[in-house]
Amino acid sequence: MSITLNPRRTRPTRRGLRKVLVTISVVSLATLTACGVTSDGGDAGGDLSDQRLRMMIPNAAGGGYDLTGRAAVKVMEDENLADRFEVSNVEGASGTVAMQRLLNEEGSDDLLMTMGLGVIGAVYTNQSDATVDKAIPIARLIEEQEAILVPADSPFTTVNDFVEAWKADPDKLIIGGGSAPGGPDHLFPMQLADAVGVTPSDVAYVEYDGGGPLTTALLGSKIDVGMSGLGEFAGQIEDGSLRVLAVSGAERLDTADAPTLTEEGIDLVFTNWRGVLAPPGIDDATVDAYIAAFEEMHDTQAWKDVLEENGWSDNFATGDEFDEFLTEQNDRVRTTLTDLGLA
Amino acid sequence: MDLLLDGFATALSPTNLLFAVLGVLLGTAVGVLPGIGPAMTVALLLPVTYSVPAESALIMFAGIYYGGMYGGSTTSILLNTPGESSSVITALEGNKMAKTGRAAQALATAAIGSFVAGTIGTVLLILLAPTVGPLVVTLGAPSYFAIMLLALVSVTVVLGSSKLRGFIALFLGLAIGLVGMSSGQPRMTFGFAELSDGIEIVVVAVAIFALGEALWVAAHLRRTPLEIIPVGRPWMSRSDWSRSWKPWLRGTALGFPFGALPAGGAELPTFLSYVTERRLSKHPEEFGKGAIEGVAGPEAANNASAAGTLLPMLALGLPTTATAAVILVAFESYGLQPGPQFMTQNEQLVWALLASLFVANTLLLVLNLPLAPVWAKLLRIPRPYLYAGILFFATLGAYSASTSPFDLGLLLVLGVLGFAMRRFAIPVLPLIIGVILGPRLEEELSEALDISRGDYSTLWGEPAAIICYLVMTLIVASLVAARIRSLRRAPRTSDTEKDEVHT
Repeated sequence: MSITLNPRRTRPTRRGLRKVLVTISVVSLATLTACGVTSDGGDAGGDLSDQRLRMMIPNAAGGGYDLTGRAAVKVMEDENLADRFEVSNVEGASGTVAMQRLLNEEGSDDLLMTMGLGVIGAVYTNQSDATVDKAIPIARLIEEQEAILVPADSPFTTVNDFVEAWKADPDKLIIGGGSAPGGPDHLFPMQLADAVGVTPSDVAYVEYDGGGPLTTALLGSKIDVGMSGLGEFAGQIEDGSLRVLAVSGAERLDTADAPTLTEEGIDLVFTNWRGVLAPPGIDDATVDAYIAAFEEMHDTQAWKDVLEENGWSDNFATGDEFDEFLTEQNDRVRTTLTDLGLA
Repeated sequence: MDLLLDGFATALSPTNLLFAVLGVLLGTAVGVLPGIGPAMTVALLLPVTYSVPAESALIMFAGIYYGGMYGGSTTSILLNTPGESSSVITALEGNKMAKTGRAAQALATAAIGSFVAGTIGTVLLILLAPTVGPLVVTLGAPSYFAIMLLALVSVTVVLGSSKLRGFIALFLGLAIGLVGMSSGQPRMTFGFAELSDGIEIVVVAVAIFALGEALWVAAHLRRTPLEIIPVGRPWMSRSDWSRSWKPWLRGTALGFPFGALPAGGAELPTFLSYVTERRLSKHPEEFGKGAIEGVAGPEAANNASAAGTLLPMLALGLPTTATAAVILVAFESYGLQPGPQFMTQNEQLVWALLASLFVANTLLLVLNLPLAPVWAKLLRIPRPYLYAGILFFATLGAYSASTSPFDLGLLLVLGVLGFAMRRFAIPVLPLIIGVILGPRLEEELSEALDISRGDYSTLWGEPAAIICYLVMTLIVASLVAARIRSLRRAPRTSDTEKDEVHT
């Protein structure tokens, strides 16, 4: 990774900075309204390059949202797309606490929050009214596919073997996942069940506290099938102690020699995505500036390196596209959880 | 052996030694602060993996891990404010020792015990990781449930003189443990999303121990004369040594296997070690008043469990604690794939890491042992200032865990509970044990029954579980037998005992 020279090192004292900052933001806002939004920006690098911003992470340091959020922040700082981010982890209720805080900060034009599919579900299972559709969507950044995993000695060799056995007697097959009800590893088997004609409420789902305990259960053959993102299982897949029956995305992955569900004749595409929201009540110019900055970040080589290093798939969307996607996901999760009596 | 020597050569290179020192210092610092743990520290330091070679970063992270296990005990002993959940038990006897002027001895036995346990644990790790690794996954939820139940049965030893008060405390603890999400539904969260992850053990312990006591002292400040904490001898005496070494070894023997088990953890062995020492001690009357065994055992247990944790991580790529999980992320950011082949594919790195664990342990001893008498002087601060400091420290810790004002409120509410428990002479240990064991017990039970689809026979379906139930039966039978014998032999003494309890 290249070391970027810090152009801000020569900046004036703090008090001076504030003045400069105010001036610049006034000027830049004026420019914005004058010439509309230019997503290709220009060499100045977006309109946030002198703004101090806050990024809220809805789970613990080291978790998925944390890695995504901090990586995005780092690229934006290094590429001078934003001045500085103050990153804070607001833990609690799988993201519900952070979501509430975001909505409470209505009108704050310096706050962003990293979130994803899991937060949508958590809000419903926690019976909170801080639903994601009340916030302003900024950008969808990445996605991770879910995988269907079995221990090496499992009788299933293809996903259809598993589906046949599952349809015959859903009660007999124990499905494990690394997230609580409402999280991606729980939503995936429920939507898969629905797609293949198993009643979701019949699914024998056992919740594990993340990838580690789930791997333990799979290696010890305590459960029949595991459903989770692939990231935490690479070592076990490589040495053959776990096998991947299928992946859930639209296309195959380089990291796993397994077909997609659609290739195997199951009509389901499911990904665990992560993106960024802003609080409601901020003006359009700020929203446009955020979007422009994220679009520029997405175009950098540094971001491509981040995706590569973390094994994330690029699935970038902003504006209306992300808005529609978010609404669709929100409805879908709500339906799934309502059918299960969890929302 | 050559590999280990190579490992030492890598670990002792000036740069890596510097990273090890940095690691143990950071680890001790975050261990001291309640609310900030080694997991969070390592996570926040993950970006250094971009600019530092793999060995150095991993050596530093190992230092943070061991340092955190150690640092938590310092505030437990001195301020009755445990920094980590694994040093909650240390506060029980450690703080009592500190109040009778034996803080330096308590700190020293904790430091040396940690060193002994960490060293033995690392040796065990080297010997066992290649062979025992695959076995740890054979234990399932039924076995863990039986182990937790066994632990709960041994609680009877520590219920205190009044069984009624002991049970009140235990059930209060179990009730606190019920708060949180269960099967995707909020339970006893009273509409607060902040409660849906359950209440942190550290918040409960800090509130009940530190806050409760500060309130109690404040309430009695005018009535009781100021007792000055005596300044004791700075070093451990011969009898301290002879009373400490066995608990160190027993603590290690308990801590390591629990660390190595995927659902073992560090809290349970500290508590089991405490119970064991209390039962085996030649000075049982000192327990509750500052028995050195009650510090030596649990402190050895938590460090040994830290070493044990690395066994499934290196052998199978399985993280069993939050810190290990974050260290795994670091491995992955170097493109290293922990798992069964990891130890053979990256021999050099693995041995450097193991050697650095020895180095980290030695550094911790060297840094902390001379500091013990210095820290102990902290207690000579006049009481009002000392307790103000403790309150500040406790609130800072609770707030920094999630920077949420909600936790401050929670801390105060539980602090009032701690005050009330002192007022009505309800022992605190059963409550803490309830908070630790309750949720774990429930989690394992529900996992076992989820997998068996509600068939209870699964609970004795694993050999380890059957062994636990047999041991439990033996314990209960021996308790009953002892009770009958004592009733027969001296009916009068037991009558007077009862009278004492009710007055």
